[in-house]
Amino acid sequence: MTTPKRSDAPPMIDIVDLYKAFGDNQVLTGVNLQVPEGSTCVILGGSGSGKTVLMKHMIGLLKPDRGQVIVDREDIVGFGATELERVRRKFGMVFQAAALFDSMTVFENVAFPLREHRGKLSEDEMREIVRGKLGIVGLKGVEEKFPADLSGGMRKRVGLARAIVLDPKIVLYDEPTTGLDPITTDYVDEMILDAKRQLGVTSVVISHDVASAFKVADNIAFLYQGLIVDQGPPETLRGSQQPAVKLFLQTWFGKN
Amino acid sequence: MSSESDRPPAPWSAALYSAVEGLGATLVAAVENLGGLAELLVEVLRWTVRRPFRVNNILAQLDFVGVGSVFIVGLTGIFSGMVFAHQSWRAFEMFNAESLVGPTVSLTITRELAPVFSALMVTMRAGSAMCTELGTMRVTEQVDALETMAVNPIQYLLVPRVIAGAMMLPLLVMVFDLAGLGGGYFVAVTVKGLSAGTFLTRTQQWLDPEDLVEGLIKGTVFGLYVALVACFRGYNATGGAKGVGQATTQAMVSSALGIFVLDYLVGVLLH
Repeated sequence: MTTPKRSDAPPMIDIVDLYKAFGDNQVLTGVNLQVPEGSTCVILGGSGSGKTVLMKHMIGLLKPDRGQVIVDREDIVGFGATELERVRRKFGMVFQAAALFDSMTVFENVAFPLREHRGKLSEDEMREIVRGKLGIVGLKGVEEKFPADLSGGMRKRVGLARAIVLDPKIVLYDEPTTGLDPITTDYVDEMILDAKRQLGVTSVVISHDVASAFKVADNIAFLYQGLIVDQGPPETLRGSQQPAVKLFLQTWFGKN
Repeated sequence: MSSESDRPPAPWSAALYSAVEGLGATLVAAVENLGGLAELLVEVLRWTVRRPFRVNNILAQLDFVGVGSVFIVGLTGIFSGMVFAHQSWRAFEMFNAESLVGPTVSLTITRELAPVFSALMVTMRAGSAMCTELGTMRVTEQVDALETMAVNPIQYLLVPRVIAGAMMLPLLVMVFDLAGLGGGYFVAVTVKGLSAGTFLTRTQQWLDPEDLVEGLIKGTVFGLYVALVACFRGYNATGGAKGVGQATTQAMVSSALGIFVLDYLVGVLLH
């Protein structure tokens, strides 16, 4: 197993020896993972490998049985509701099915975090910011539409616009390309790369889509049976000798 | 040869086992649900007194639960009063005591029918909508999305609904009271020809403010309970569209049953 060298700057997200079980089901069994500031880390793994559980720990939606979750130099494990709310403002999260509020228009969806946390902004300022963020994800003139009127790919882009509207330091993507056609998948990959380039955010992507992972990742961590069995830059991981990783990558790259 | 213990159990004993097992499981589930409800009530109360106060959300729910239910509650009230007056007239007619129709109708309506029927109508109309909406938001990760945006979902979604239930149901009970008395008056006075004076004086003689208050207290308790159950089931729904359907069915059943149980308990406590 290769462990990347720790650089001098502390990582934006540092997971140390994380354990989590649901009843008798051990989901995470000692996960260690560092995500350097400004980089994109893809957590790759099959269904049921614990990817989503790991991501939910990063944003404090789940509490570990043991271990540390250090976000921006703070261990958030012992935090109460108020402190967690403060930490969560550093995050934006893009959900698998976008999770837009279907009772609100696109504008209201993207403006929602602004209304909640930047109440002093005027309506015009909000419109300006929302228009800007929708521009970053390549959407124009959809503000007054409802989520139900948009295609899957467009909903996902609105989801990203909402996630980045408060200029977070970290963006989490939960299976961003699952269930999309190849062209939309490509578009979403570009969207993730763009968000990193234009906003300099630290990104964590959980995925089982090998092609997309190799396209967007600076680092890939392979999660298997509750452990990170291998991690490193895409080109290194491709030569991994870990049987689970080899088997998984063969599905995409073929046996040679 | 097989010994006594290897023999398959007699069919009746298997049936007995499964019956006892089923009963036990039902009881355990009931206790668990009560615990969950109590826990949620504490959470809701805790978040009710915390800032920010979500006035817009509360107003929207007051409108939905209260204003939106006035028509069906009023209509149910009118017909309940009419039916009750009609039936009691037939009974009182036998011993020339028709003047007691007013008191009978007004007492039954204010103490029992208004809170119970209004609560059932609100369960059907608003409770089901609350449960499916929250359940859908849960299974489509909209609840998680709220949480990741540093907005507490209990405060944002549940508090306004529970407040609306507890505040609007007593008001709807008053609507029911009025409509029911109106319906009773119509049948007794306009249809059957009792004098208006008799109807009103007799009703006034028998009906005490306590009877109205009893109905309002019941209304508040039922409103709190019905909204809480709908929120509890919806908020904890799992398993996609099917799960939301199941959650709503469970919410409707336990709301309706709970209303009758609570009606008895509150009635006993008040006297």
